[in-house]
Amino acid sequence: MARRSTTEREEQPATVTLVEGRTLRCQGAWTMSEVGKVERVLAVMDWPAGGAFRFEGSGIAAFDTGGAVVLSRAVMDARLRGCEVTVEGLRSEYLQLMSLVSANWSVMMAHVAVRPDRTQLLTALLRRSMTQALQGVEFVGRTSTALLHLIRSPARLRWRSTLNSLRLDGVNALPITGLLTFLIGVVIAYQGAEQLRKFGTNIFIVDLVGISLLREIAPLIAAILIAGRSGSAYAAQIGTMKVTEELDALQTFGLSPIDLLVLPRVLALVVALPLLTVYADVLGVFGGMLIASNQLNVSFTAFLSRFEEAVALRHFLIGIGKAPIFAVIIALVGCYQGFQIRGGVDDVGRHTTISVVQSIFLVIIFDALCSILLNWWSL
Amino acid sequence: MALVAPTEAPIIEVSHVSTRFGPAIVHQDVSLTVIRGEVFAIAGGNGCGKSTLLREIIGLLTPTTGSIRLLGANSRELEQPDGSPLHRRFGVMFQHGALFSSMTLSENVAVPLKEHTTLSARLIREIVALKIALVGLPPDSAVKFPSELSGGMRRRAALARAIVMDPELLFLDEPTAGLDPMIAAGFDDLVLELKRLLGLTVVMVTHDLDSLWRIADRVAVLGEGRVLGMGTMEALAASEDPLLRGYFHGPRGRAAQQNHVGASP
Repeated sequence: MARRSTTEREEQPATVTLVEGRTLRCQGAWTMSEVGKVERVLAVMDWPAGGAFRFEGSGIAAFDTGGAVVLSRAVMDARLRGCEVTVEGLRSEYLQLMSLVSANWSVMMAHVAVRPDRTQLLTALLRRSMTQALQGVEFVGRTSTALLHLIRSPARLRWRSTLNSLRLDGVNALPITGLLTFLIGVVIAYQGAEQLRKFGTNIFIVDLVGISLLREIAPLIAAILIAGRSGSAYAAQIGTMKVTEELDALQTFGLSPIDLLVLPRVLALVVALPLLTVYADVLGVFGGMLIASNQLNVSFTAFLSRFEEAVALRHFLIGIGKAPIFAVIIALVGCYQGFQIRGGVDDVGRHTTISVVQSIFLVIIFDALCSILLNWWSL
Repeated sequence: MALVAPTEAPIIEVSHVSTRFGPAIVHQDVSLTVIRGEVFAIAGGNGCGKSTLLREIIGLLTPTTGSIRLLGANSRELEQPDGSPLHRRFGVMFQHGALFSSMTLSENVAVPLKEHTTLSARLIREIVALKIALVGLPPDSAVKFPSELSGGMRRRAALARAIVMDPELLFLDEPTAGLDPMIAAGFDDLVLELKRLLGLTVVMVTHDLDSLWRIADRVAVLGEGRVLGMGTMEALAASEDPLLRGYFHGPRGRAAQQNHVGASP
């Protein structure tokens, strides 16, 4: 059943020539790699309207389903124009392929006709985002009730995974958080130094660095770092467990994934992020202090004594106070996106990205709200 | 195949292949040939190196020593960075389908056509539709993503992708593993049908004794790093080799044989 002449693998190009307007001579290799040219020629050919029309196929040297589809379509087109079509000279094994194509022609056309319905896609999209919002609310609710249960019987807390999470997401994040806020402190002091020197109000560098860092920048930088570092990891870990059916296995043991996976992570971050923020405060102010003494001749002692009077305790408390809420946002979004993963590899990547974008978005929204509200209460 | 001239070289020739992964010896001096037009099965217990041998034949792995000739060329040719024309002449269906999860079924099947041919978009759609119809998938499945298909449908979709270029040679890695008996039998029939329609030579790796009895023309049984036996199922089942007897005459082996003998008068 060799349907191509395997000895002549170096395929000569497929060609068609119209002889006397009534015969189409087909030659060469009608295979998928060659038949594209013929298809283009056939598409612009002058077909006779009506009468007899002959396809002469004895010159076809190789033939596969691609060639068969092209030839079948040419035959159909000729018939549609009212021609009486005959196909001659095809080898028997090529004829078999032709009948295979014609036997499946109607099914093929049904396949080709299936297109995704656009309005249906839109409503599906709307419905999906609605259910996702509802599922988000449900997830927050389930985590809250699990937390209430935990408060009633604290012995149920998974100490091991909580402490492990504390180490991974808190302790291990110290170097990068410290380095970044130190550099941010340096940058703010440099930019401020330019302006303050003009007015000779060098000592106000303390107010600038102290208040902006403690109140806004250190908590935000720490939160954004943790969202990128831990939020994404939560989504990927839980999502992979879902794909490999580990979550289902947990449930068959009567264990709740929320108790086991979500609460330890939420609690660990709620502890870790405020601590990281304090650490970030210290290193950021230290960076500012270095530049102040270097560029503005504000000595360390002068800086620190001014710090005591200029930076009220409430700035520090507001900054620290936001951190646990940032932590809850990051942990919940990360875990939630992990549970949303269905299907495969593609989904894990997508939801990991979504978790980072969403948690940073929500953190900044919440931070802006805080600023507005606190401004009203003139704090 | 009566049409095959006796002088024609075998379509696959594995000669004296040995494979080692560090200290672990997978194959030692494995030789076998596959003839054009047959259904050739590679069988053997778990971990006997069936899939490794398959991966070596299709150029994903290089054997430690020995050579493999595929369609008249050295399979090392497949390692060339810009691809070899050899790639268009065989199709592979992987064990879990290996469908690209970010594409719909029809996009998956169209990948080789888009990459290797200059056909128009319309013709590609028609050829894809023909192949999807040939493997027996319903029209509306064409726009679905792999995650929306059942296991059996995914297997058929992977088969459609493997045959889309009309390969001369089709490789199947455990085609019926994890399918229910009805669907597995249907899949066996489908492979035979496609082989007849498209003139394929089929090489499959399988554990499935029912499949071996139903569709394999010849079987090579691997074990202990070598070919324990090669031939028709009847010949292998009649062998006195204790390892082969263990493989074919366990309770499942006998049941499969009886099924086959009962089914074909």
